Amino acid sequence: MIKFENVTKAYPDGTVAVDGLNLEAPTGKLTILVGPSGCGKTTSLRMINRLIEPTSGTIYLDDQPTSGMDAALLRRRIGYVIQHAGLFPHRTIVDNVATMPILLGESRQKARTKALELIERVGLPASFAKRYPWQLSGGQQQRVGVARALASDPAFMLMDEPFSAVDPVVRGQLQDEFLRLQSEIGKTIIMVTHDIDEALKLGDQVAVMRVGGKLAQMASPSELLTSPADEFVADFVGRDRGYRSLGFTKTAGAVAIGEEAVVQLGASAEEARAKATGAWVLVVDGSRKPLGWAQPEQIAGGELKREHLNLSGIAAAASGTMRQLLDAALSSPSRRGVVVNEHGELIGTVTATDVVKAIEAEPHLETAR
Amino acid sequence: MNYLFDPRHWTGADGIPTLIGEHLLYSLIALAIAAVIAVPLGIYIGVTGKGVFLIAGLANALRALPSVGLLILLVLLISPAFPSKMGYILPSLIVLVLLAVPPILTNTYAGVRAVDAAAVDAARGMGFRTMKILTDVQLPCSLPLVLSGVRSALLQIISTATIAAYISLGGLGRLLIDGKAQNDYSQMVAGAVLVALLALFFDQLLAFITRRVVSPGLTRRTIKSASIAEPAKTPVTV
Repeated sequence: MIKFENVTKAYPDGTVAVDGLNLEAPTGKLTILVGPSGCGKTTSLRMINRLIEPTSGTIYLDDQPTSGMDAALLRRRIGYVIQHAGLFPHRTIVDNVATMPILLGESRQKARTKALELIERVGLPASFAKRYPWQLSGGQQQRVGVARALASDPAFMLMDEPFSAVDPVVRGQLQDEFLRLQSEIGKTIIMVTHDIDEALKLGDQVAVMRVGGKLAQMASPSELLTSPADEFVADFVGRDRGYRSLGFTKTAGAVAIGEEAVVQLGASAEEARAKATGAWVLVVDGSRKPLGWAQPEQIAGGELKREHLNLSGIAAAASGTMRQLLDAALSSPSRRGVVVNEHGELIGTVTATDVVKAIEAEPHLETAR
Repeated sequence: MNYLFDPRHWTGADGIPTLIGEHLLYSLIALAIAAVIAVPLGIYIGVTGKGVFLIAGLANALRALPSVGLLILLVLLISPAFPSKMGYILPSLIVLVLLAVPPILTNTYAGVRAVDAAAVDAARGMGFRTMKILTDVQLPCSLPLVLSGVRSALLQIISTATIAAYISLGGLGRLLIDGKAQNDYSQMVAGAVLVALLALFFDQLLAFITRRVVSPGLTRRTIKSASIAEPAKTPVTV
């Protein structure tokens, strides 16, 4: 547990970066500090490992006030991940990851063995171990940054905009993998971001801060969306929060999934026409994984080829959320959203109408509002 | 070239080996003193940001110093206080040190400044103490620039150390001064060639050392192509 008690940071010029912050990050959970720039979120984070000293107030680490501790020893108990990874450019990847264990007195060889494990754990090939940071992409460097923070197996982790310096696709991957990792390791994490979507996606709880360093609201992501404390929070969370709150409602069984006739690549125009519902027919591969939608009348005489496929539809997992299901239906050219199982194989399709009906029947959302 | 290949000039108290030895002795002592002054100072200014004016002002002003003029001034000031040869050696060394400090100082400062701030922040955040950040991150990362400063300082010292001969000290400058006095151009050419060779040799030696001690992670060399030679930068002057 990390706890802020009336923590204030004021600078000699009178600027107040953080103003009387009270906050508790529970053990084993991911707490996110989010807010516009200048709201003091990074300052708050850096006060935990005392890279910045609070002006007043106390920060506790498992009920021990940090103010009395040796700052360097305190920091060694806390994993630290920053925006541009901050890898040591002159050291190989494996030596970067082994930094903390060596600092804590482990033998070089043991530390390297541990580092190799972690490099694979964060999804990098072991062959990267001997490379230098400049040989890695931004996303790969960030993975190394996470591995380095985990190498000493700290109970606490601080992450300062860890995924914001990479492109959106890579960011999404890193976030997904980080969620998976956290579900295995269960660290007490405080993460700073300016990206509300990231906060809602990753956080067990989200602390929204406003300019002037005050806490505006501390709540679970779905609570933030359904009952923002005030106008600032409502505004910051965003206009399409009704739609986004669907991202926290599981579909499991609530929506009827319809049968969908399918064809494979190489099918004739006649077969495609026979199987099509309306103007579109769904194309799958040999193991029933959806490839895309096709219009039979475009297959002029020949056979169905890849170039006939419309790829705009997004497949939703049956175990996913209402938002993914609705998105699958809306993005599909046939207006029928493709639903797949955990192996990516086709189960059937849903329409937006079916999803909306299920949403309206959902008692949970109504009461939460 | 005749002078160079005459075996009589390769022996004795004023033979070429002795002159080279003296030349190197002055040069290396001056370089060591300059490094001892400039490297810690450059690190201090780079890390703390205090005294940046020293870099911009003093270091550049020192580059503009007329070496010979300064040498003679210093001899006039210092030699009366020392009865021995020291009264001449000391001024020479001071001139050479003043010449070598600016490149080392500015490069060390620039090297420390150029260290990735995120790497330093990460090191501090992981619990490195200030000294360990310096020895494990800031110094190794600034090493390429520090060494390139040392390299250009050494080149300047070796070429300028010839002026020690002006005030009747040894070194390869003897060949130039004596050659001029005796209208012996062959001797002057020999001196010039030797100084140039010496400078080139040490330039390559330092380039080699740089390649050995600087991490490939900084020079962005892949290990396989590690033998790409750097071109010699500073022209040699005599």
